[in-house]
Parts: sequence; structure tokens; C-alpha cells
Amino acid sequence: MLLITCPFCGPRNESEFVYGGPVKPPRPDPATRDDAEWTEWLTHVPNPVGPVEEQWWHARGCGTWLTIWRDTRSHDIVGAPHDGG
Amino acid sequence: MPQRYSLVSLLRHGLNRHTTWAPAWRSPQLKDRYDVIVIGAGGHGLATAYYLAKEHGVTNIAVLERGWLGGGNIARNTITIRSNYMRDASIPFYVKSVALYEAMTRELDFNTMHSKRGMIDVIQTWGMMRDRRRRQHIMDIHGATYEQLSVAELRHRVPALTGGGPEARLPVLGAFVHTDAAVNRHDAVAWAYARAIDAMGGAIHQQTPVTQLLRGRDGRIEGVETPRGTVRAPKVVIAVSGHTTSLTETLGLKLPLRSMNLTAFVSEPVRPLIDVIINCPDAGVYLSQTDKGELVIGGPPDPGQSYRRDIKQGVFEETVASMLSLFPAFKRLKLLRQWGGHLDIAPDASPIQDETEVPGLFVTAGWWGGYKAIPAGGLTLAHLVATGRPHPLMEPFSLRRFRHLDYQMETGTTTAR
Ligand SMILES: Cc1cc2nc3c(=O)[nH]c(=O)nc-3n(C[C@H](O)[C@H](O)[C@H](O)COP(=O)(O)OP(=O)(O)OC[C@H]3O[C@@H](n4cnc5c(N)ncnc54)[C@H](O)[C@@H]3O)c2cc1C
Ligand SMILES: [Zn+2]
Repeated sequence: MLLITCPFCGPRNESEFVYGGPVKPPRPDPATRDDAEWTEWLTHVPNPVGPVEEQWWHARGCGTWLTIWRDTRSHDIVGAPHDGG
Repeated sequence: MPQRYSLVSLLRHGLNRHTTWAPAWRSPQLKDRYDVIVIGAGGHGLATAYYLAKEHGVTNIAVLERGWLGGGNIARNTITIRSNYMRDASIPFYVKSVALYEAMTRELDFNTMHSKRGMIDVIQTWGMMRDRRRRQHIMDIHGATYEQLSVAELRHRVPALTGGGPEARLPVLGAFVHTDAAVNRHDAVAWAYARAIDAMGGAIHQQTPVTQLLRGRDGRIEGVETPRGTVRAPKVVIAVSGHTTSLTETLGLKLPLRSMNLTAFVSEPVRPLIDVIINCPDAGVYLSQTDKGELVIGGPPDPGQSYRRDIKQGVFEETVASMLSLFPAFKRLKLLRQWGGHLDIAPDASPIQDETEVPGLFVTAGWWGGYKAIPAGGLTLAHLVATGRPHPLMEPFSLRRFRHLDYQMETGTTTAR
């Protein structure tokens, strides 16, 4: 089970959280993009064998949304890939 | 021709203390060129090679496998074979696949221990009840069986299901039975295909991981790189369940897939207790009993993308709690083993089978519940690879659907949440 650090409640058990999907870039304005860019935003997510950035909701806690980087091989919570330069 | 398996051959080789059986498939030398390379000796890769040889006469084929034959998800799944899907596009494909499985023992002269025992969906919310009624109408159109059962009929058919009474948080409201559903022996499926491929001249190379796809100057696929050397072919098929994007990204090719870890666990063997497959989509658990007596139990996947191959404690606890809410007596069962397997899933949870934008490079992926799909998936992909045209049963599941936003929304696993 993950130990997820909530910015308000500190480290809490994964069972208090709801998984909210991988982080995507902000929704582009389809009118200003070509079809390929638009459908890519709609259908693609990063699928790394390694760290992925994702959202979690502290539903059974304070209710905030937060993001973590999690290694898809081990499920360890890791630092953002560019942490510390 | 392979040796036929029969009572006579069993007696004859038995008299020789079983030392005279020919191997079911050989391990030939790896050549540097084939007509078709299939990456992955799981169910889909093997079935594709089989139908390429059998239906289209393409026998200069190599199936390249990272590990050992049939050691991937074909060995890790819970072997539920069924066609109770949701969409007009999906159901005919799965009806075909169920029928091909029923004929497999005879067709391949290999006992797949097919057991058509039916599946019962236990319904505990009105939303799920509406969904299942809708499925029933569509399944009627396409010839898959689905009938409603009352709570009394359900409890009569499955006496071990004593939970979910009127006082429960989610009382059982009714059930649907899908009599076409079956289980069989997964190893036998892999071995039967391997034997048939070998007999027709195809080659299966184990311990041969593909590390890089190779693209020619003209943009077409040219072959693959492996630690055993470069292997070339004008057509390459990716059938690597869960690892599809890792391979396509070696050419910078993006696909709309996420990789997930689905898990299962088994109990100690007990006396015959449940003779159907039980699926509880509201509770989030499904189970069946093997011929040896073990209960095979599955639940939802890990939350988020995952390349683990074990069950997470949280997923395990949730699945056990769901099971005990309906089968409270099972709390005395000892659990023996748990495991997981890597699958990839498209945004609409339907499969992807197509030639990619790299000419000559084909993918079969997004097989979320893809064990049941193995025979028909091989049939349709072989058709596409050999003729260049999609098989009618697979046409809705091309990559084009994502460009045209023509999604085929399905539900994922049997637990379907
Ligand atoms: C716990 C669990 C329960 C399931 N239950 C069901 C069920 O009840 N019913 C159902 O229909 N489906 C079920 N499934 C899904 C089903 O198992 C898969 O959809 C299906 O097996 C995938 O197709 P496959 O058999 O070709 O995959 P696999 O057997 O995984 O074949 C892919 C092969 O590719 C190989 N490979 C990977 N990368 C490379 C590489 N780079 N080079 C060479 N080889 C490579 C792998 O080693 C593997 O052998 C379940 C899956 C799991 C994990
Ligand atoms: Zn919090």
C-alpha cells in the first residue's frame, strides 16, 4: 500500500485516496489545433516503464487533489524526474 | 504431419514407457529472414501464426518470444471464455471466438479440457440491472445467450452464495446467466497452437526478446533487433500484451494505450462447491472452481499504470472483503498463491488490431479480457496481415477510430467497474 503525503494531513494510507488518472497537459482549444494534435490530446497518455505523474484525491480525508510521481515498476513514490536539477 | 493423439497412440507409447513420443514442436535455428515475424508467443501471437499458415499458406514465419512459450498472460489469466459484451461491434467477434474455442480440441487434436459451465452475473444495483437488460437485447440479436434469474433461482443454483440478503448494504437484486461461458486449460491452448504451427513449417524461438524495431529508408518495417542478431521480414506483428508501447516507442510511434496489472489468487482445493463461473460486477469480484478444487478469484486491477506482477495489499483486501460479503463461509479458506499480469487498455477499453502508420508493422493490443479473444483475434489478424484488408469482425477496432473519434466504449474486466 502506498503512503501518500497529503500537503494538509501529512503521510496517509493509500486506502484514504482515490486514484485520479495520469496528469495530462491542459486541454487545448480544438479550434486552434489540427486534428492530429487534438485527437492526440483526447486519447494519449504517457505510458512509461518508470516514473509517471498522476493525480490522487484525498477523498476519505481533507478532500484535496494532489499529484505524485510513482514508479510503475515498483509503485514507489519517487521525486519528479528533474528534482534537484 | 504431427503424430496423431489417440487411445491407440497412448497405449503404443505407453508400452514403450512413454519414451517414444516425438516432441510436440521443435527448436529450429534462427534464420536472418522470414516472410512474417510475430513478436510474442502468447495466445494472440500463436493464434495469428497458426491462421497465417492454415488459412493463407504463409509458413515462413518466426514467432519470437522473450521468455518461454505460453509463459505470459496466457498462463496468468482466469480462463473465462464468454461473449456477454455490450456493443454491436464487440458481441459478434466474441461469439465467433467462443465457437472457435468449442471446436479447438478437435481442430488441433489436443485436449484443451473445454468445460462449458456457464457464467452467472450477480446484480446488486439498479444501474447494473439496467445495463444487463440492455446487454440482453443486443446479445439476443447476435446469438449470445443471456437470461435473467430471480434471487430464489440464483440461491438455488449457487447454494454457497449466502450473503447479500435484505439486510446487506448491497442486497442481491437478481442475476443473469450466460450459458455459453466456459473455462479450459490455458497451457493446452498454447501447446496445441505451437504443435500445429510447427507441423505446418512455422518456427517458435523462445528466449529471443525483441529490443528494437527496424525501419527501412522507405519508411516500411524492415525487421527486428534481438540479442541473437538481426532478423528481417517485410511484415512484423506485435502481440506482446502490456508491453506494446515499449516496443512501438523504439520507432517513436505513439499508441493510445495504458499498461495495467490485473491480479488473481487461488484457494486451497476443496470439494466441488460451485459449478458455474460467478461474476459480481457490483461487489467487484469473480470466481470459479478448478477441476482440482481450488477457487480461482479475481478482482479489479491496481489503480493506475502498473508493471508489477503481484497483487497489491489494498487490492487484495478489497477483493477478499467483496467476496466475503457474498460468500461469508469462504473466510475459512486458506489462500495459496497470488500473481498479476500486464495488459494494455485503450481509452474506450476495446481492442486495437491494425496496420500502424509504419507500413508492414501490425499491432494487436488493448486485450483487456483477451484470453477469450485468442482464436478469433488470431483469425482476424492473420486475415489483415495476409490480405491487407481488415477482417469484417475486426473492422470497428482499427486505429482509425481514434482519429475519427469513433470510440467503441466497452467495459473492462468481468468485474467491470
Ligand atoms: C489476472 C488476470 C486474469 C485474466 N482473466 C481473463 C479472463 O478470465 N478471460 C479473458 O478473456 N482474459 C483474461 N485476462 C486477459 C488475458 O490474459 C490477456 O488479454 C491475453 O492473455 C493477452 O494476450 P496474449 O495471450 O497474447 O498475451 P501473453 O501471453 O502475455 O503474450 C505476450 C507475449 O509476448 C512476450 N513479449 C513481451 N515483450 C516481448 C519482446 N520485447 N520480445 C519478445 N516477446 C515479448 C511475453 O513474454 C508474452 O509471452 C486476464 C489477465 C490477467 C493478468
Ligand atoms: Zn488531506
